[in-house]
Amino acid sequence: MSEFIQEINWSPLWISLKTGAVATTITFFLGIWCARKIMKMKPVSRAVLDGILTMPLVLPPTVAGFFLLIIFSLRRPFGKFLLENFDFKIVQTWKGCVVAAAVIAFPLMYRNARAAFEQVDVNLIHAGQTLGMSDRKIFWKVIMPTAAPGIASGTVLAFARAIGEYGATSMLAGNILGKTRTVSVAIAAETAAGNYDVAGFWVVVIVALSFVIVALINIVSGRGMKSRRWI
Amino acid sequence: MSIHVNIEKKFKGFSLKVKFDTESASTGILGASGSGKSMTLRCIAGIETPDRGEILVNGKTLFDSEKKINLRPQERHVGYLFQNYALFPTMTVYENISCGFRGEKKLRDEKVRDFISRYHLEGLEKRVPSQLSGGQQQRVALARMMIGEPEVILLDEPFSALDGFLKDVLQRDMQDFLQEYQGDMLMVTHSRDEAFRFCRELMLLKEGKTLTFGKTRDLFEQPGLVEAARLTGCKNFSRIEKLGSRYLFALDWGISLRTEKEIPEEASYVAIRGHWIQGRDTDGENCIPFQPAEYVENTFEHQYLVQTPGMDKDTVLWWMRPRNSFRETEERLLPEYLYLPPEHLMLLK
Repeated sequence: MSEFIQEINWSPLWISLKTGAVATTITFFLGIWCARKIMKMKPVSRAVLDGILTMPLVLPPTVAGFFLLIIFSLRRPFGKFLLENFDFKIVQTWKGCVVAAAVIAFPLMYRNARAAFEQVDVNLIHAGQTLGMSDRKIFWKVIMPTAAPGIASGTVLAFARAIGEYGATSMLAGNILGKTRTVSVAIAAETAAGNYDVAGFWVVVIVALSFVIVALINIVSGRGMKSRRWI
Repeated sequence: MSIHVNIEKKFKGFSLKVKFDTESASTGILGASGSGKSMTLRCIAGIETPDRGEILVNGKTLFDSEKKINLRPQERHVGYLFQNYALFPTMTVYENISCGFRGEKKLRDEKVRDFISRYHLEGLEKRVPSQLSGGQQQRVALARMMIGEPEVILLDEPFSALDGFLKDVLQRDMQDFLQEYQGDMLMVTHSRDEAFRFCRELMLLKEGKTLTFGKTRDLFEQPGLVEAARLTGCKNFSRIEKLGSRYLFALDWGISLRTEKEIPEEASYVAIRGHWIQGRDTDGENCIPFQPAEYVENTFEHQYLVQTPGMDKDTVLWWMRPRNSFRETEERLLPEYLYLPPEHLMLLK
């Protein structure tokens, strides 16, 4: 057993965690920013844009991967532009892992943040205004702390989704050991190669990790701990 | 000290058109729910923007659609006490109050402590609002509002969510607070009792429109308009036919009445509050035979709905009669006639 563990190449776990961390950071700020922007919009444009931003959640990840490939392919204008001007390559690189994970995880963050903001009693904001608090202070001192549980659970969910991402990642970033092979990609690849023990090991890792994450959500959102039993 | 408001705002299926000038320090806005009372306050505070008009507080323009002035709520120095107090749930009492502080940072701590003791909140500084009683919450909200030294304070139905004993306690607290407060107060309420108790002047609002504005007692005594009388709680109305300068025939009640005041040219209704009607055992001027159609036993009063043969079929006369004890039964006390005192007859448009 210890021999087996020693022979395991741990890089997929680190790549997954690193990808998850970076993608979550991006979606955290982007999700909150979008949620705020959308809430200030008029109903029609809000409905349309909300639909677009939620698409990655309902589409098969491979569809998202397809679109991402089209956008970032080096043979296409945008991908070429990024490479020539910023030396930025997305396809078949670790950055691709991050982009794919961020896109797939984004709706979870965005929707949770928006739901959390919408739960905030609008009179609290008005009270802050009549008290002379600046809009910035109201956002950071009143809105964010009140919405914190929802935002925290959105963040954890986004992280969980990001480290488990497979479809879009494998299409955009591929399967390069030590560079773009995440745990989920490793599971698929090892299973396909018949290495059930290695695949099984990664499955155990992912299951344990996911369980910790769900427990974490329950703790931060206060659910499962304080909630009343209703039966 | 004055508040001048003359605003219009259109919504889907509802339009607000409010106009009043306050003279005294305490003014009330009385109206049914959905009549636009809170909306008026929100416009004054700057939370909502009217389509047209102007708002001035103590001569300072807060809003003027023609001059394109629209101060942000932060710049208006208008205190707003929300219906549910809108205390910041994640902050402690101390932090809540310090949010209302305006001025130099180094003076803040001292002033917050001063307000904590002024509003009897010592020992509660570190609690969050959910750990406070209703009375404590109201005091925190008042302290938070007053620490910024607002030029005028707006109270949005401060007692509507409370019941029984707590309401009585908070109303007393509020009365003490208002006695010490030097500035202007504008209160929104749907309770005529609160309006009568707290407000020197009163604006009556119906479906977004100002009905009347005037001294509270005058408005209760002579509301002038049928709608206004109804809003102040009057239930008995009758169309009239003028017979003389102080003499009329109440068409719906089927009775001739003498009035104390001269009947105005434009008056077309007479009304009387059920509490002012008296029981009599002999017939006479302004008397109507007492024939109860319905009886309601209330905690501290008997209510009779009177229908005499001379009256219009759809009209009843409400008589509210204070009771002396819970053991009192209604039948034993019944008079032969009801007397409508001339000085309590209201002549309305």
